[in-house]
Amino acid sequence: MRKITFSDATREAMAEEMEKYPEVFVMGEDIARQGGIFGQFKGLPDEFPGRVIDTPISETFIVGGGVGAALGGARPVVDMHFADFIGVCMDEVFNQMAKARYMFGGQAKIPLVLRAPDGLAGGGAAQHSQSVESWFIHIPGIKVVAPSNPYDAKMVLKAAIECDDPVLYFENKVLYKESGEVPEKEDEVPYEIGKARVEREGKDVTIVSYSIGMKNARAAADLLAKDGISAEVVDLITLSPWDKECVLNSVKKTHRLCLVSECVKQGGALAEVAATVAEEGLEYLDAPILRYGAPFTPIPFAPTLEKLYRVYPEDLVKGIKGVL
Amino acid sequence: MCTIRCFEESVKKDFLNGEIPGFVHLYIGEEAIGTGICGALRDTDFIESTHRGHGHCIAKGADVNKMMAEIFGKKDGLCKGKGGSMHIADFSVGMLGANGVVGGGYNLATGAALASKMILKNDNVSVVFFGDGASNRGTFHEAANVAAAWKLPVIFVNEMNCWASTTPYRTTTAVENISDRALGYGMPRVIVDGQNVFEVYAAACEAVERARRGEGPTFIEAKTYRIEGHFVGDPEKYRKKEETMQIFHDTDPLTHFLDKLPAGVEFTQAELDEILAAARAKVAAAKEYAVSCEYPDESEYFKDVYVD
Repeated sequence: MRKITFSDATREAMAEEMEKYPEVFVMGEDIARQGGIFGQFKGLPDEFPGRVIDTPISETFIVGGGVGAALGGARPVVDMHFADFIGVCMDEVFNQMAKARYMFGGQAKIPLVLRAPDGLAGGGAAQHSQSVESWFIHIPGIKVVAPSNPYDAKMVLKAAIECDDPVLYFENKVLYKESGEVPEKEDEVPYEIGKARVEREGKDVTIVSYSIGMKNARAAADLLAKDGISAEVVDLITLSPWDKECVLNSVKKTHRLCLVSECVKQGGALAEVAATVAEEGLEYLDAPILRYGAPFTPIPFAPTLEKLYRVYPEDLVKGIKGVL
Repeated sequence: MCTIRCFEESVKKDFLNGEIPGFVHLYIGEEAIGTGICGALRDTDFIESTHRGHGHCIAKGADVNKMMAEIFGKKDGLCKGKGGSMHIADFSVGMLGANGVVGGGYNLATGAALASKMILKNDNVSVVFFGDGASNRGTFHEAANVAAAWKLPVIFVNEMNCWASTTPYRTTTAVENISDRALGYGMPRVIVDGQNVFEVYAAACEAVERARRGEGPTFIEAKTYRIEGHFVGDPEKYRKKEETMQIFHDTDPLTHFLDKLPAGVEFTQAELDEILAAARAKVAAAKEYAVSCEYPDESEYFKDVYVD
């Protein structure tokens, strides 16, 4: 099967959706002339003139204008440059985008995708490295997705654009450059927002993650396998609404749960998973839930400090061996 | 204007009676602005309204029965009782919603205008209403800049009513006119007497035509005064009631309507009284309708969070 990068996969998804729906357009900073700060929009402006729009540095307009364009009948994709900047336009996300449908009694439809590159990229420090997806799972009315590989990057983005609800699409900066198998268009299987995937079956422990955190999950599973420990790896893909059934079924089978993400552990998206398993699946568990994430600090600049922010597969292996 | 006045008087009474939940903000004394502006629009044009939005909603053509039912929180309301006064909308007439967040509408209207001009390629126009208080939000800057830079068909209608909640305009704002700021964005502005519906309408027609021709946004500053408190029940300790009532006496767009008739237009007090009486009856029927409607069933609770 052909291999393409995560970044190219998102570009294919955009092109196919823009071809299919004339009302799809994309706006953000540096996306037309530059092709996106990570090159993720390259080629699209030539293919779809007038529909890839460079905005001023005005995050409030980018998101609020996107919501307005959706209210006006378009299907916008808006780009946040760095996920860290969503704080600038939080009102547009949680009071406007998320609430319009409910508070107007179903009259409004907001088929908007907010794309947000996130995560550590080596020296981005406090305001250019964060993973902020957890803020948004607390907000009813929006959906939150965070794919972990090129194939999902494409299919999840296509599903997000076709979704009539607002979707926050978190795309990891390190993953952009990674290649993976992506079938030709005719062999694609559409993604259904809200579904998790058991990526690797196992029987001793369930490791749940998403986005870049899946690298830790997969690497830990490989290391454990060398010692004869069989880990089941679940890729959540959608963080809100998340696939409770998939996780509970897996824990029912393995009796142990390990959660890992790159974001700050406190109040992270996976805390919701832990709480739900404790509420609804406590009898399945033979050991305490393990949870890995960043310490409760801003992200430092110096390499010697930044490395302390990261989680490593060995951390998971040590923890899992401790509860077997 | 007559329907808006009667509607607001009825809402005020019923809020004070305890029949209307939440909080409401009245448009009494400012009716000429919404009426003059919306009079220049088509059903397919959009407006973004404010928390003081009943007048905009009526002027844009919303059904007053369903509006009143919404304000009473009833299931037959425009938003099925889920929005209330501050989050009322009627998409069937292009009323894209009041906004509970002051200054929340600029970017939405500008985005709708972008969709019309640049993506859907139609000639719909968007209007955003906002007060002098809201003009101090940063959201104005981002929307006004883009609207002017891309010549978007959006009209910024400033209802300069001199009060930001309890704070007088002069204590927070250095410019003489809010619309002075429009010049900094390269956007034409016009200042009108917001108590004169004919003047507002004429300015609106010109701005709408300009927008439809693809020449971009206009800033209309309509000078008015907030006669009521910020919300119904506001003790208004920050100003003198007599002064407010004097201003209302001197500038009420309804009592001074006949004085402002354009030359050559014949219209009598009797005709105005007739329209007012009809408006009163219409609003009384709307109140009766709202009272007769049921509150939403609990089964409605989880609906409309998502489409899918």
